[in-house]
Amino acid sequence: MTWLTIIIAGIITYFTRMTMVALVDRDLLGERVKEVLAYVPSAVFPAIIFPGIFINDYGTFIEINDPKIFGAIIAILVGYFSRNVIATILSGLSSYWVIIFLL
Amino acid sequence: MLTKTQLFSKGFLAVAPHMFSVIPFGIICGAIGIELGFDPVLVYAMSIIIFGGASQIVFLQLLSGGASALIAVTSVGVINSRHLLYGAVLSEYLEKLSFIKKLLISYIVVDQGFAESNKFFMKNKTEQHLHYHLIGSGVTLWIFWQLSTLAGIVLGSFVPEELGLKFAIPLTFIAIVVQDLKKLDHVIVMITCGLSSLLFFDAPFKSYIIISPIIALFVAALVLRLKK
Repeated sequence: MTWLTIIIAGIITYFTRMTMVALVDRDLLGERVKEVLAYVPSAVFPAIIFPGIFINDYGTFIEINDPKIFGAIIAILVGYFSRNVIATILSGLSSYWVIIFLL
Repeated sequence: MLTKTQLFSKGFLAVAPHMFSVIPFGIICGAIGIELGFDPVLVYAMSIIIFGGASQIVFLQLLSGGASALIAVTSVGVINSRHLLYGAVLSEYLEKLSFIKKLLISYIVVDQGFAESNKFFMKNKTEQHLHYHLIGSGVTLWIFWQLSTLAGIVLGSFVPEELGLKFAIPLTFIAIVVQDLKKLDHVIVMITCGLSSLLFFDAPFKSYIIISPIIALFVAALVLRLKK
């Protein structure tokens, strides 16, 4: 039963990946839609970023002094000026660790 | 013109830095499955059949919490529906491929691969074999996802939870969008999406993950109209 559920979930996931690439003719999308699609990364990824910072494992809001907020600010600053993905991730993680382990 | 091999390696190099978040997340994902008491073979099979971190974790948590199969499947579908948006963006660059190639390439499109390959595509629209960049990024993510979930299954939760490695996920996506903070229109769209995701966080089936992008895209359309 669980196996069948996983296979169905997999098929649905595959369809979300494949439909727009293989089944939908791009000419069906108007010029305006194509212009709006340029915003997809900015319109999607904050929905992963914000809850990942501001909501904890139990689904409630974190406190304003939570180390994750500090870590995220450091990561944004380092990322903005360094343009380096590794530096962004590691600076965010390490500043977060500094607060939880040292302070 | 870049060769296919050059494009493939550029795709690999573009996502390689994201392994700092993909690998710990894969380990967590495998370990959670075992902790929740699922068959290791089943936990690993999900990495091949579903191949999507967040949806795999939610799926296992729902089933172990006694949710029905229908609820679990619906949640996975809703969480992964954002790929429809990625597909709509990528279709411009994959248009000329044969139907079979489109079917195959679709399987390996995940968040980080889409994000990095799309950045490359926007700057190199005239390249001939662009899709090799997407294959490079996608195959890299696929291989590391398989290895890291396997590691999590075999080693269990040897990564101490206090390290808070889940925090690497928002950080990896911050790295992806941070340069767009230079553009006011993108900042408006990002803040709209982020605030909506907090507002709708409790909506059923994790649907905040698709509701907030839709709201943000409407705002993007408004912004575009104002700019003209």
